[in-house]
Amino acid sequence: MTQAATDPHAATFSTLAGLLGEGVFSTSTFKDNVRLHVSPGRLIEVLTVLKQRCGFEFLSELGGVDYLEYPGRTRSRFEVHYVLLNLDTTERLIVKVGVDDPNPTLPSAYPLWRGADWMEREIFDMYGIEFTGHPDLRRILMPEEFTAFPLRKDYPLRGRGERHNFPKLSRGES
Amino acid sequence: MPANLLDEPEIGEESKKQYLWTLNFGPQHPATHTTLRLVLDLDGERIVRATPYIGYLHSGFEKLGEHLNFNQYVTIVDRKNYISPPMNEVAWHNAVEKLLGIELTRRCQYIRVIIGELSRISDHLLCAGAAALDLGAFTAFLFAFNQRELIYDVYEEMSGYRFHPGYTRVGGVMQDFNDRVIERVRAVLRSLPKAIADMEKLLFRNRIFLDRMRGVGVLSKADAINFSCTGPLARASGVTYDLRKDEPYLAYRDFDFSVPYATEGDCYARFQIRMEEIVQSMGIVKQAIENLPGGPVNVPIAEKFPMPDKGTIYNSMEGLIQHFELIMPNRGYETPKEEIYAAIEGPSGELGYYLVTDGTQIAWRTRTRPPSFIHFQVFPMMIKDHLISDIVAVLGSLNIIAAELDR
Amino acid sequence: MAVGLPNKVGRSIDLPENTILTRLDAAIDHLVDKVGVNPIINAARKYSLWPMPFATACCGIELMAVGASRFDISRFGAEVMRFSPRQCDLLIVAGRVSMKMLPVLQRIWLQMPEPKWSISMGACASTGGIFDTYAVVQGVDRFIPVDVYIPGCPPRPEQILRALMDLQEKIQKGGSLSGKGLPELSERERMLEDKRIVPIGTALSPERGDEDRFGYRLPGGSSLLGQDESK
Repeated sequence: MTQAATDPHAATFSTLAGLLGEGVFSTSTFKDNVRLHVSPGRLIEVLTVLKQRCGFEFLSELGGVDYLEYPGRTRSRFEVHYVLLNLDTTERLIVKVGVDDPNPTLPSAYPLWRGADWMEREIFDMYGIEFTGHPDLRRILMPEEFTAFPLRKDYPLRGRGERHNFPKLSRGES
Repeated sequence: MPANLLDEPEIGEESKKQYLWTLNFGPQHPATHTTLRLVLDLDGERIVRATPYIGYLHSGFEKLGEHLNFNQYVTIVDRKNYISPPMNEVAWHNAVEKLLGIELTRRCQYIRVIIGELSRISDHLLCAGAAALDLGAFTAFLFAFNQRELIYDVYEEMSGYRFHPGYTRVGGVMQDFNDRVIERVRAVLRSLPKAIADMEKLLFRNRIFLDRMRGVGVLSKADAINFSCTGPLARASGVTYDLRKDEPYLAYRDFDFSVPYATEGDCYARFQIRMEEIVQSMGIVKQAIENLPGGPVNVPIAEKFPMPDKGTIYNSMEGLIQHFELIMPNRGYETPKEEIYAAIEGPSGELGYYLVTDGTQIAWRTRTRPPSFIHFQVFPMMIKDHLISDIVAVLGSLNIIAAELDR
Repeated sequence: MAVGLPNKVGRSIDLPENTILTRLDAAIDHLVDKVGVNPIINAARKYSLWPMPFATACCGIELMAVGASRFDISRFGAEVMRFSPRQCDLLIVAGRVSMKMLPVLQRIWLQMPEPKWSISMGACASTGGIFDTYAVVQGVDRFIPVDVYIPGCPPRPEQILRALMDLQEKIQKGGSLSGKGLPELSERERMLEDKRIVPIGTALSPERGDEDRFGYRLPGGSSLLGQDESK
């Protein structure tokens, strides 16, 4: 948890800047988490360089966050994070990409990591963020006929009554 | 073995459909352990394609995390991987404490290591026992479950609840270990080696068991990395990453243990890794319980976020104020408006939390990195060209926990 | 002299004299004359329950613990866990039931042959428990009949055994040869159903009233809550 005197990610950042040019990403740091903010258009490029040139060959985590009415928030409504891991140096890097209403759409990371398959489907299921290039983007956790996106902040915790909409079986009928 | 029909371009879709059988497997099936569903396309008894359908136990864990505070949410994370609840608690509070910048006391770190490793043992015991049960070896399951009962006794003594202890708190644990807990832990350590020897004797020379596990469900190292596999599943395929060694958290630097790995990547290798990890975890628990440091178990209440114990609440003004500030809904300390990813090595792989806070004591977002969810997506690839009966062996070796899978 | 089974059961078998079978047969004859056939049938039923473990979550592991050696459910004659509903007469719903799972549960209940009973095991199956969320059904008794509820999250194995004993008592008291289940139970179900028929939208309001308690946050504002619950 201690902050190293020299930045272990300096080499990665210079490789990225060298290959993609300046201004593609901005960084922020909290504790030992180093975050890389990129725009949706350059996402796949950045991920590809990180995977193939910088040794981040392991996609450790992929998830989404809805920042609707987050205090002091000015940037986009949704953000998706990719936690990458370098298995040799145990470096971790978090790539964050913002996407906004309406019709939030991101390019899919499926061609890079097959492990992204279900995690992207889950984000689609929970937030309605579409991933172009994903081979099989369907609902994964909620039933097919469900229409809302339950992890969005404007969806109530207890739902809108969907959980009560089933026929009752009484002992006489069964 | 005939060529895979679905890959033949000259055969039309319609005739493929006529030739293949479709079989629905689950969601209520004993070998799925809980609630998984597979739709299988079969060529005779050979599986041409398996399509998993999940979500039959989706209960909104992550949404609940946005409505409960850091201490309340422990009861929910317990139920995520319900065969090793304390490990979930350790993972959750590891993330919270990292975000709040709380450094635990030595005693608390050791206690968390002990409960974490005990839960790893119980997880692997159930996984190995149930895998054997599904393959027809009932007795090994009984041996494994007897040891789990002893571990339940530890939980019960330390927290009062045998299944979901809900034992950790921000900055500490619910109450300190007493002598009876330590005695119970020693009882587990005493009886476990014999049970493991019994299980190994029953299974490692059991011809049926070996034939059904060896060479079945092979996962290569490249695939394991590409599919984001971690834990015993990846280590059986040659990925030696273990967060306890590579990114040490709690007090794991203090202990002498090794990380077993194999390169075969089949069901049998995974089973062996689990059995070996039980032995290693036993060693860690033994070292931790013999060298348990003294001193306070919770961080001082000046750190603001820890819940004071009952004695402090009733007997000191600071404790009372602290309790009031933490419990009353309209009060509360300010947390950083930040987000963090923190992970630990869970029984079935990297168990991480992506935690976002908005300045209150209730998280804005509690994303879990669920190992079961990530591991289950490998299943269709592993089971391809196997027979129906191999499903049971492969599922048993993957250790899919439905509550963690669906959350 | 050959004795036969009483005509109440419908057929008569000739048995040789003075064997253990003859004496047993005479005893049964006596018993049936004395108390009727139903209590005997009920006693047979209650000690040979075949549970169908509908185990979805944590409670399923405790159910496994009941089956394992320390608690040993076979002492109560209910150890034959069958995973096919066609072979079972006791449904144990162990764990929370999600919206996606409920149709499966109902189908399994319909597939079980009469006479059948059900146990709702644990807080989640009985009321939704701590999972008061959009995805979890708030108690399976809203959608299938339930005979015995077990509290606890998850219940201790002793509670499960107690519930089994309670169910056995219930079977002894209420069942009949025709297998129509328990009359007082269907009475209670009718009563509950009558209570639930209320004007649209009002039935569910009490359970979403506490959104503002316990520091709950309402991201979209309270006006969005329960808007479509009238469906």
